[in-house]
Amino acid sequence: MGVYLKGFLIACRGIPATVAVSLIAIVIGAAFGLLLALCSQTKSKVLQVLSKVYIDIVRGTPMLVQALIMAYGIPWLLQSWGVGFKWDNFGGMVVPAVIVCGFNSAAYMSEVIRSGIQAIDKGQMEAARSLGMSHGMAMRLVIIPQAVRIILPAFANEFVTLIKETSVLGYVGVVEILRRGQLWNSSSFETFPAYIGVALAYMILTIPLSKAINGYERKMARKESAA
Amino acid sequence: MTMGSIFHDMWDIFVEYYIGQGLLWTGIGYTLALSAIAVFFGALLGALLAIGKMSRFKALRFIITAFIEIMRGTPALLQLYIAYFIVPMLLTNLNPTPIACVAIGLMLNSAAYVSEIIRSGIDAVDKGQTEAARALGLTSKTTMIKVVMPQAIKNILPALGNEFITIIKETSLASNFFVGELMTTYAVIKGVTFNPIPTLMDIGIIYFVMTFTLSKLMGIAERRMKASA
Repeated sequence: MGVYLKGFLIACRGIPATVAVSLIAIVIGAAFGLLLALCSQTKSKVLQVLSKVYIDIVRGTPMLVQALIMAYGIPWLLQSWGVGFKWDNFGGMVVPAVIVCGFNSAAYMSEVIRSGIQAIDKGQMEAARSLGMSHGMAMRLVIIPQAVRIILPAFANEFVTLIKETSVLGYVGVVEILRRGQLWNSSSFETFPAYIGVALAYMILTIPLSKAINGYERKMARKESAA
Repeated sequence: MTMGSIFHDMWDIFVEYYIGQGLLWTGIGYTLALSAIAVFFGALLGALLAIGKMSRFKALRFIITAFIEIMRGTPALLQLYIAYFIVPMLLTNLNPTPIACVAIGLMLNSAAYVSEIIRSGIDAVDKGQTEAARALGLTSKTTMIKVVMPQAIKNILPALGNEFITIIKETSLASNFFVGELMTTYAVIKGVTFNPIPTLMDIGIIYFVMTFTLSKLMGIAERRMKASA
């Protein structure tokens, strides 16, 4: 039993890295995702096409490929142009990892945000506009605050997904939960305790969060049926 | 090096290794076969889980819920590591190959997600349908099979298509065990050419073409289905 506890504790030492990467990534994802969602709603054809292409490419390729390109491809490319670029000089390998997770999740977030905005009754925009608000103002003060409530559960789900997705970052040198377990496994050969510990460390992050989301959703549904 | 020469390298690697040595076909073949096996058996098992979750036996419901929560609460990569380690121990007589272990891991992962897809597909059918069928004297089993399921299928199938695309991307994790799917070609070609980045970009494009084509095809199928409804 002691060896399982040790495996769990070792995996837990990766929690700060996993949580930090996921948190920064979700912020980037929400901000850039909102931008993408707004771009896909504008009248400008160019912006619409650009955001669509970005979303399709990011959603159509594995994050592993994206992470490897960002972590190794970008420095390789810049070095081949004679720029002495290394991620290590810019805060280490965790930087490309956060960037990849953020911009990957932005593509998924934009769809969530777009459907949230579209779920708001059209009359809200019309009313705001007829009261003399500009389109931007109506978006900012009327539509988005209402959309946030609808989006919130999907947003939290995306955070849970991100926590799990960050497990591939071990490939690009980030020592997060899974990597901690693997490193311990390769030195102690306690494969099973190592991986069970890793699983538990992920579960204490993901399961309470998804339970909270379910609770919130149920509460919202009750409110709606009461109204 | 200029931007042009990267495209040049990408093209060279594509022609020489992906076409010339046929890595494109084996890579895509393994990726699609692995995904198809995982999603097909995952869907069967997922359906069983969804049915089991509606059962009267509390113990069964508890076990299934625990399984689903664990599979959905941990990363797929970890599940593959565990499957790779534990499946050969459980099936010593069969001597499972790495790809079989990975397929089992992906299948169990997919089953958990599919069971939730099925459950929410059933939940999305209006409650009045069940009530009406029951009021007309149908048994709860007949109601499920004749009334609820045919409507739920229309919600479930598109989501299953998306699950297939998700699994295609997820199979890239299987490259860790060198099973020969598309991402494995990265290690193979990198080892020969020492030119990893153009190889990666080729792989990205191939994945994109695969998933994009499939999602467009599914979009067409979905519209057809809606039109027939």
